[in-house]
Amino acid sequence: MSSALVISQLLNGLQLGVILFLVAAGLTLVFGVMDFINLAHGVQYMLGAYLVATLVAWTGHFGLGLLLGLAAALALGFAMEFLVFRHLTRRDHLDQVLGTFGVILVVTEAVRMIFGPAPLALPTPAVFSGSIALFEGFNYPTWRLVILAVGLGVALLLWYLVNRTRMGMLVRAGSTHPATVSALGVDIDRLFLCVFAFGAMLAGLAGAMAGPLVSVEPTMGDRIVIIAFVVVVVGGTGSIKGAFVAAMLIGMVDTLGRAFVPDLLRAFLGRSAAATAGPALSSMLIYLLMAAVLSVRPSGLFGRRAS
Amino acid sequence: MSGAAAGARTLACRLLAHRTVLLIALFAAALAAAWAAGSGHGAALVARTALLALAAASLSFLIGQAGLVSFGHAAPLGIGAYCVLILGEYEVRNILVVLPAAFAAGAAFAAITGLVALRTRGIYFIMITLAFAQMMFYVAASLSAFGGDDGMAIAGRSTFFGDRILRTDTQIAVWAVALLAAGLVLLERISASRFGLMLRTGRENEAKLEALGLDPFRHRLIALALASGIAGVAGAMLANQVDYVSPSLMNWHISGELIVMVVLGGAARISGAVIGAIVVVALDEALAPFTAHWKLGLGLVIVAAVLLRGADIGALIGRPAKAPDHG
Amino acid sequence: MLVPKKILLGALALLASTAMAAADPVKIGFLSTLSGPAAPLGVHMRDGFMLAVKELGGKLGGQPTEIIVVDDEQKPDVAVNKVKALLDRDQVDVVAGTVFSNVLMAVSKPVLENETFLISANAGPSPLAGKGCSPFFFSASYQNDQVHSVMGQFAQDKGFKRVVLLTPNYQAGKDAMAGFKRHFKGEVVEEIFTPLGQLDFSAELAKIAALKPDAVFTFMPGGMGVNLVKQYRQAGLADTIPFLSGFTVDETTLPATQDAAVGLLAGAEWAPNIDTPENKAFVAAYEKEYGAVPSLYAAQGYDAAKLIDGALKTTGGKVADKAAFRKALASAPFTSVRGAFAFNTNGFPIQDFYVVKAVKRPDGKFATEVAGKVFVKAADAYVGECPIK
Repeated sequence: MSSALVISQLLNGLQLGVILFLVAAGLTLVFGVMDFINLAHGVQYMLGAYLVATLVAWTGHFGLGLLLGLAAALALGFAMEFLVFRHLTRRDHLDQVLGTFGVILVVTEAVRMIFGPAPLALPTPAVFSGSIALFEGFNYPTWRLVILAVGLGVALLLWYLVNRTRMGMLVRAGSTHPATVSALGVDIDRLFLCVFAFGAMLAGLAGAMAGPLVSVEPTMGDRIVIIAFVVVVVGGTGSIKGAFVAAMLIGMVDTLGRAFVPDLLRAFLGRSAAATAGPALSSMLIYLLMAAVLSVRPSGLFGRRAS
Repeated sequence: MSGAAAGARTLACRLLAHRTVLLIALFAAALAAAWAAGSGHGAALVARTALLALAAASLSFLIGQAGLVSFGHAAPLGIGAYCVLILGEYEVRNILVVLPAAFAAGAAFAAITGLVALRTRGIYFIMITLAFAQMMFYVAASLSAFGGDDGMAIAGRSTFFGDRILRTDTQIAVWAVALLAAGLVLLERISASRFGLMLRTGRENEAKLEALGLDPFRHRLIALALASGIAGVAGAMLANQVDYVSPSLMNWHISGELIVMVVLGGAARISGAVIGAIVVVALDEALAPFTAHWKLGLGLVIVAAVLLRGADIGALIGRPAKAPDHG
Repeated sequence: MLVPKKILLGALALLASTAMAAADPVKIGFLSTLSGPAAPLGVHMRDGFMLAVKELGGKLGGQPTEIIVVDDEQKPDVAVNKVKALLDRDQVDVVAGTVFSNVLMAVSKPVLENETFLISANAGPSPLAGKGCSPFFFSASYQNDQVHSVMGQFAQDKGFKRVVLLTPNYQAGKDAMAGFKRHFKGEVVEEIFTPLGQLDFSAELAKIAALKPDAVFTFMPGGMGVNLVKQYRQAGLADTIPFLSGFTVDETTLPATQDAAVGLLAGAEWAPNIDTPENKAFVAAYEKEYGAVPSLYAAQGYDAAKLIDGALKTTGGKVADKAAFRKALASAPFTSVRGAFAFNTNGFPIQDFYVVKAVKRPDGKFATEVAGKVFVKAADAYVGECPIK
């Protein structure tokens, strides 16, 4: 196989990784600050894509639509926290799983009623719609490079926010010593509100960035949130660094698995057996990875030690 | 049928048994009404509700007693269903083979995955059980001899030495209600036993159990295997009821719905899961004809129930649950 | 509050069984996928069916008609339970609809064993066309393989030598590949299977770009197709490697893919611009009613309703004489929007097939257009295995 193919698969893996990171970042922060399991995080991803698609169509300009869409996603994050999520923060995990599962059903169905079941169009901005030659004879879709750049930019920004600002310090402290943070007179509920809304916006950004690549439809968040949870758990809850490492790892494993597992299997099995067993095995890889990581480190790669 | 035995127990136990007996009587009455009306659909509805209730009850045992929030209970359910399909393809249909095989397969799955999963706690346990269930989903989807992603119709329903005892919906419903009754009695007996006490102690205070020289890991593994085995039996009967098995039975949404049933009815008592199952099926049945958007209604009910802290619907009917202390 | 509900249930069942004897309208259960990622297909199919019912004044065959629409959620087990309710509680005369083959295979057993008529408005799995054919089953659509065979024949006619096949890893995907290869004699460079519901095709597209085939053939229904088309265009492949497809580029996905799909090819037995008076009237009425261009699912739903209507007119509104109703259905007593249409002995149509191309119409809407006729009055490949003669 050519080196161009390998390089493009590596880039594909990175690009899936940054999308997963954008979704997982909010999830892991919310968990870190308030020990909160939000199954409905995928809904924010879907809403982000819907808001941006609608506003891009309305304004006729991708950049403007994206900005307005993100503002709307942030506002929705605040609203949802106010309406539902803040009432669940001090409940046990079971209530949180149940409540947020209910939110998935409500929002998904509401979006279906408002926008209809048909997928929405979110065209790639014209400047980025083609592909560019990275080197002689090797083209790569421009939009995927944009996703990569935006994702890495957000990762840097998050690193700065978490490690260099007062807010970030509180978030870090909140995830390791919640009692101390409260004792210091910090309003942990307000901290949660901000983190939650910010996480919702990041998920919305991920949805908007993925929109031109995937079909924007009501259940688009369903699968991504499960993988994002795998990322959070493999990385260790509450750890941004963990989420980043795990997202890259899982993006790579998933993409490279899909690209090369069927070929590898072909060496052992027949052509047709490999062609059908390959996809099953490659879909399973990330879960195998997760089981392997947790069997060695029950709290994930960068997680707190189990109590 | 356990009415006589109930008299011998303590007051608390009697109350507990009371609600269970009441629920079983309800199922029997609904079944009798459906039979009297000649409604195959009614019987099918009773069967389906009873089987989902059985699966939910086994999950309730895990969540409420052992404190193990499994987000992968659809896996043993699906494994049980695949037992019927796969054994059927090899001409094995005797219910005395099929149901124990479904139990054993479900329990074996849990025992193996439990070795890894039980090393984790909290959200990690929730997610690793989900991961194992997803793996089973993909395994099932890759079984091209058994329909792959599409699934396939079972060769025939289970028999009793060739006798077609599950031919009609009513017959299936009778079996389903009987299995539900047996499952509830078994799970409640175990919960009330020393083993159940051990599980609850382990849930609240692990150190205490270890100080007593007892191994919480072993108890949890047994509980996980038992609950998964029962879910396997429920899955095997569901396969008989719809004559069809597909990987969608192992979808994570099914695991989610089972949790919904458990928590909606109250996880403190096993019978709560039965009430939860009735509520979910009734909502489906009542709302679906009016709107394709019935899941919006279900979602609203769930969110409202959680927010209003009425998560224990069971407490609203009959006597209040004793010390709902799950969590 | 729950006790009365259970009693209510029994009482309702009783009521339902007595009410049944009183009124006697024609009852049709319409099973479609109305939720989940594939809902657009099911919605088109239902809308097409209901449009025909509306045009007929709510009466099929001049009879008072009750249509009970149910959502199968694309899950076979859910579908079986709902169909059992249709058969048992509602006592329907005909079950119609079914978008997906696995749903149809699951419900066919209870429906056909009950000797109730089953009319597919989309799914056409091979078992029902061959060994498992039934006198109570009719297809208002096609046999699954045929659409893919159209693309295989087209690739052969075009002189393509090397083709990459790309489908989801399930039975319909494998059938699609088999269907394509039936008439294509060139080299299949690579068969790529992806997990069902895959979101990202970057790995597969990179592989295709590296293989540089003469054409790509794919079958990616619903949202997967939207993703693939968008990503295919972005990878710069749409202008260099011809994109041949089945159930991937149609009016249910075009509103989402828009310009990205223009110029891509698909196999079909119908397109909005087929030039018959019936079709023109149908397309205009559909666009007026629903504000969208109809897809082949809508056309098949429309035809299914017209088929039932025609058969009821023939029998004077009676379904009870099953032999007579079957005979009426088998004569295909209606004018299909796709033009020539007749039933074969296995209940599947004998009809023409086309290559269609996605275009942007002058009014700005996206639609498929006939680009060439591939098969004329074609029968399916399984009819020989069907014991009904």
